[in-house]
Amino acid sequence: MKAIIYIVCTFLSIFFFWELAVRLANPPPYILPTPYSVLAAFKENSLLIYEHSIVTIVEVLIGLTIGIILGMITALTLEIFVTARLILRPLLIFSQSIPVFAIAPLLTLWLGYGILSKVVMAILIIYFPVTSAFHDGLSQTPKRYLDLAKTMRGTNRRNLLYLKIPHSIPSLCSGIKLACVYAPIGAVIGEWVGSSQGLGYLMILANGRVKTDLMFASLFTLGILSITLFGLISYLLQISLSKYLKA
Amino acid sequence: MMSSTSPSIELIGSVRSESEVLFGDLRLAVRANQWTCLLGSSGIGKSTILRLIAGLPTHVKLDGSIKSNDHLPISNRVSYMAQNDLLIPWATVSANVSLGNKLRGEKFSPEKKLKIIEKVGLMDHKKKYPFQLSGGQRQRAALARTLMENTPIVLLDEPFGSLDSKTREEMIDLTFESLKGKTVLFVTHDPHEAARLCESIYILRRQKTTSNKSLKPPFPKPYSDKLVFDLQYSLLEKIKSN
Repeated sequence: MKAIIYIVCTFLSIFFFWELAVRLANPPPYILPTPYSVLAAFKENSLLIYEHSIVTIVEVLIGLTIGIILGMITALTLEIFVTARLILRPLLIFSQSIPVFAIAPLLTLWLGYGILSKVVMAILIIYFPVTSAFHDGLSQTPKRYLDLAKTMRGTNRRNLLYLKIPHSIPSLCSGIKLACVYAPIGAVIGEWVGSSQGLGYLMILANGRVKTDLMFASLFTLGILSITLFGLISYLLQISLSKYLKA
Repeated sequence: MMSSTSPSIELIGSVRSESEVLFGDLRLAVRANQWTCLLGSSGIGKSTILRLIAGLPTHVKLDGSIKSNDHLPISNRVSYMAQNDLLIPWATVSANVSLGNKLRGEKFSPEKKLKIIEKVGLMDHKKKYPFQLSGGQRQRAALARTLMENTPIVLLDEPFGSLDSKTREEMIDLTFESLKGKTVLFVTHDPHEAARLCESIYILRRQKTTSNKSLKPPFPKPYSDKLVFDLQYSLLEKIKSN
């Protein structure tokens, strides 16, 4: 509760000083609008922002789901097969040295201007954090538990199911939370590069027409959506997996 | 789940790591149906010997053999209890007790499990998680898990080491009573425990490991038995003279 009050106060004071600064310096509105005019732009264009938000939300949710599933499958593969670890891990790390921005135009070229290229972009950006976090958890299962399992003659499959996977749930959750923050970035990059829908598109559009207030309104909408997604997923993970997280 | 006759175990040979000899000429006879103690100071490698017998990976190599008198493999009929209770933090006491069954994918009788949980006095705590238990209760849960495994050989690696003295006394009595009829190898650095509980006592030293005289059955001896204190004193002298 205290935390919420702090956050609200922080934002209110930021807006206050922003408003104050703009009034004192009086820059042209296309350079920096006042918070009030951003709010006005938001109200005026609420239907437009809403429609484009839905597109981005759908891209993010699909990308998030597929990305998390792919990341988990990869982490399990890395854990189960030594050969996969030897071949895939260097490849994964190499893939991270390529900035996703750089391949966004390629994705648009290959997959078109529709939703697919944005979903793939979101997948690409979250795949590695999820894989890495989950695999760290799996491979860091304390040796003493595995020793105990060995004296109990547990099979590899069951050790994975009942010891390694439960042990790695906290790391996996960190990876998923990170993915919630990254996925919207991926989708918006995809929209910037080539699309006719989505918040990223709306920002580029607003920017091009020097509607800076609309640009800010879209930006804040994106921020609020990301935070909501993060909070919601964190909450769901916490309540559904609490017995693995509190230990 | 397996043959109830406990085997005796014999370990003969030398144990060396890459850089040094841990134990030259080691001869341990772990007899059936009784407690055998490995006594030695911390860090000497007592746990390593247990790991060798349990078939767990170690940093050492054994030149020699570990055999049982019935010539059957050993490592698949041991259970292991350590100072760290090794309870799975995300599982309830009840689930921890039957962890072995779950890892082997075998069916078990819930009545048997409840009986064991009752025996160790955790009926009121069976749905709790390990972090909700006291140190003594956690060690009781670990004992229940060991009893559920019901293997003829039990390896104890200072399982009472972290308990306060009252809890430790209760735990020792309970453990001794409930492991009757099993071949127990007990690692400890406490000569008093060794004297009270063990029919065979080995003092582990770098160069020479010696078999020490022990008290006559029955065991366990009362805590304040004079003979226990005498033997404890002489064991302590021998460990110190090392």
